[in-house]
Amino acid sequence: MSATNPTQETKSTNAGSAAEPKSNGGTAVQPTQRGALPGVIHEPIRVIRDDGSLDPAWDPKLSDAQMVALYEQMVRTRIIDERLVTLQRQGRIGFHIGSLGEEATILGSAAACRPQDWIWPCYREFGALLMRGMPLQAYVDNMFGNANDPVKGRQMPDHYSGKPYKFGSVSSPIGTQITQAVGFGWAAKMRKDDLVTLVYFGEGATSSNEFHNGANFAGVFKTPTVFLCRNNGWAISVPAHKQSGSQTFADKAVAYGIHGVRCDGNDLLAVYAATRQAVERAARGEGATLVESLTYRLSGHSTSDDPKAYRKDTEVDAWKSKDPNVRFRAFLDKRGLYDDKRQTTLEEQTAAELADCVKAAEAAPLPSLESMFDDVYAELPWHLREQRAELLAGPRAKGHGH
Amino acid sequence: MPQMNMVQAINDALRLEMKRDDRVVVLGEDVGKVGGVFRVTAGLYDEFGEDRVIDTPLSEGGIIGTAIGMALYGLLPIPEIQFGDFIFPAYDQIVSELAKFRYRSGGEYPSKLVIRTPVGGGIRGGHYHSQSPESQFIHVAGLKVVCPTNPYDAKGLLLASIRDPDPVLFFEPKRIYRAAKGEVPEGDYTVPLSKAAVVRPGKHLTVVTWGAMLYEALDAANQAAQKGIEAEVIDLRTLWPLDIDTIVESVKKTGRVVVVHEAPKTCGLGSEVVALINEKCFLHLEAPPARVCGFDTPFPYTLEMEYLPLAHRILPQLVTTAQF
Ligand SMILES: Cc1ncc(C[n+]2csc(CCOP(=O)(O)OP(=O)(O)O)c2C)c(N)n1
Ligand SMILES: [Mg+2]
Repeated sequence: MSATNPTQETKSTNAGSAAEPKSNGGTAVQPTQRGALPGVIHEPIRVIRDDGSLDPAWDPKLSDAQMVALYEQMVRTRIIDERLVTLQRQGRIGFHIGSLGEEATILGSAAACRPQDWIWPCYREFGALLMRGMPLQAYVDNMFGNANDPVKGRQMPDHYSGKPYKFGSVSSPIGTQITQAVGFGWAAKMRKDDLVTLVYFGEGATSSNEFHNGANFAGVFKTPTVFLCRNNGWAISVPAHKQSGSQTFADKAVAYGIHGVRCDGNDLLAVYAATRQAVERAARGEGATLVESLTYRLSGHSTSDDPKAYRKDTEVDAWKSKDPNVRFRAFLDKRGLYDDKRQTTLEEQTAAELADCVKAAEAAPLPSLESMFDDVYAELPWHLREQRAELLAGPRAKGHGH
Repeated sequence: MPQMNMVQAINDALRLEMKRDDRVVVLGEDVGKVGGVFRVTAGLYDEFGEDRVIDTPLSEGGIIGTAIGMALYGLLPIPEIQFGDFIFPAYDQIVSELAKFRYRSGGEYPSKLVIRTPVGGGIRGGHYHSQSPESQFIHVAGLKVVCPTNPYDAKGLLLASIRDPDPVLFFEPKRIYRAAKGEVPEGDYTVPLSKAAVVRPGKHLTVVTWGAMLYEALDAANQAAQKGIEAEVIDLRTLWPLDIDTIVESVKKTGRVVVVHEAPKTCGLGSEVVALINEKCFLHLEAPPARVCGFDTPFPYTLEMEYLPLAHRILPQLVTTAQF
């Protein structure tokens, strides 16, 4: 089965299953009282063909300038990622969890949101946050956990929060953001506000309680949610096929009565198109979509992980040849939209900008001792006032900057 | 005797029991091929195969719920929760099911599982890789909670936990996973549950502690000794049911007590220890019992060494309590 044209596919709520009888297995799935089940597009959407032409059925019709801008975001994200790993290796930051190889999935989907739409992150989406407008300095301050860090040095690096950019707050426990994103969009729907939430998670997270709850509530209440599953092949050392007995992760949509679609997660335009269709459908009140974006985590899980312990170099190499940044650059080259000189300039500019941010972050003070007690409650209760006084009056820990 | 760290000692105990008892299975996230993110289960997958050392889907509720089911059938599962901070999706299964199965079935079914999980801070782990949730389990009737501080105890306590008829939460202080080293006998031995260890004898005051803070308490006690204060340091080893006799005996001797734990102060196990001391040896007290604990905030990142009750915070309290 080939991918359907998005305009045909979204004419009515029932069109998905009507146009795609085989998408539910073509057999015993009975329509519910809500009408026919939404469809699942199994064959991953791919937009950029090998010859550089675009599949007209899914071409999101971005302008040249838009495509170049998005490419530059991917490159920037990659450069920042690589530098942060180096900083961690040098012991200057404690941790980094990045998006090497997943740039098209993350930036393509974030770019497909409208300005009023909200993004609920997992933990690899700093590129989306920067694209949404968080200053690089603020992100770097988060990596250092200093006094200027928007989350006040309270959380690990890469646990940022971006309310001014319509961007949620990173939490380590897997899956928790999924139901929250559903509720956020549901509230907007109750208030008749025109907004959609895009929530990111890995394929491992589809095993969590919260994935089930989120997808189920989204199906029951037809919330304006886009579930963006970054299927990057691995959950730390556990391969994707050990997470589920389903044929694909997108298949899970069927059971919840939401739409499902797979896309080539290393094809920027495919991710954009799949997400855009889901956003528009949600905005029209036609419910949620589970987008399975097929990509690959080229790095270790985080700087704490050595992937050589559990996966073969040959597998990694095969995916390196599908590097989303390289692929998109080749596409731009075919159209004469980009060249090495521009790329070198961008890379140098990004590296220099980052170096300045790092310098400033390292020079910034640590969060104040008092700040440890702020925000636990809206107002400091007696026991925290006592504990704060005790900390301030007491001796400092060894090697502490205060 | 071989020298081991805590990781190796726990690994040794698991291997020994898996060989001895074919009902034992290990399951959890990343425990198989890669041997766990801290490598505690390293080599077990190769030795015992994927049916007994199981990489599960990413669901703590799934891990504990199915482990309870396996145990009801007659296996002896030892699930690992990757970090203690991630145990909460399984909290329902632990609190509502595991802890109550024997009781609610009138003794028909067993309640048995050993849940291993790394706990504690000081490793730059922020909110979600640092917490010490012991009292949230101690408060649930039916659960035992164990927390070793050295490789010898780690192996002996784990073997005792596996063979104990009750469900045990086995909390491994990750800050000392590799730092705490010592001799560990080859082969089988157990360290009894609910027996504390007097790690440092002393006559002026009693320090009750556990986990990674033991080493901070010892550091502070050694510094206090230079001021002529001899602290007796007790490592609880089993947090619940705790060894009340050893505590009471020590407090009757010293008349003074400081409890040290890194979990937040309020409703921490320290509260219960102090209440028990008040109930059982109030008339022997020469000073108000004191607590040096983590603050009642989420576990911070940058300021974690200011949050933890390290030696620099324990020492002044030892002096104050001794001189009261
Ligand atoms: C509830 C919970 N359990 C375990 C972990 C530890 N952990 C962090 S990331 C991860 C794997 C996540 O894999 P996936 O969802 O595929 O996302 P990816 O890292 O591949 O982007 C695990 C097990 C956690 N953070 N939260
Ligand atoms: Mg993954």
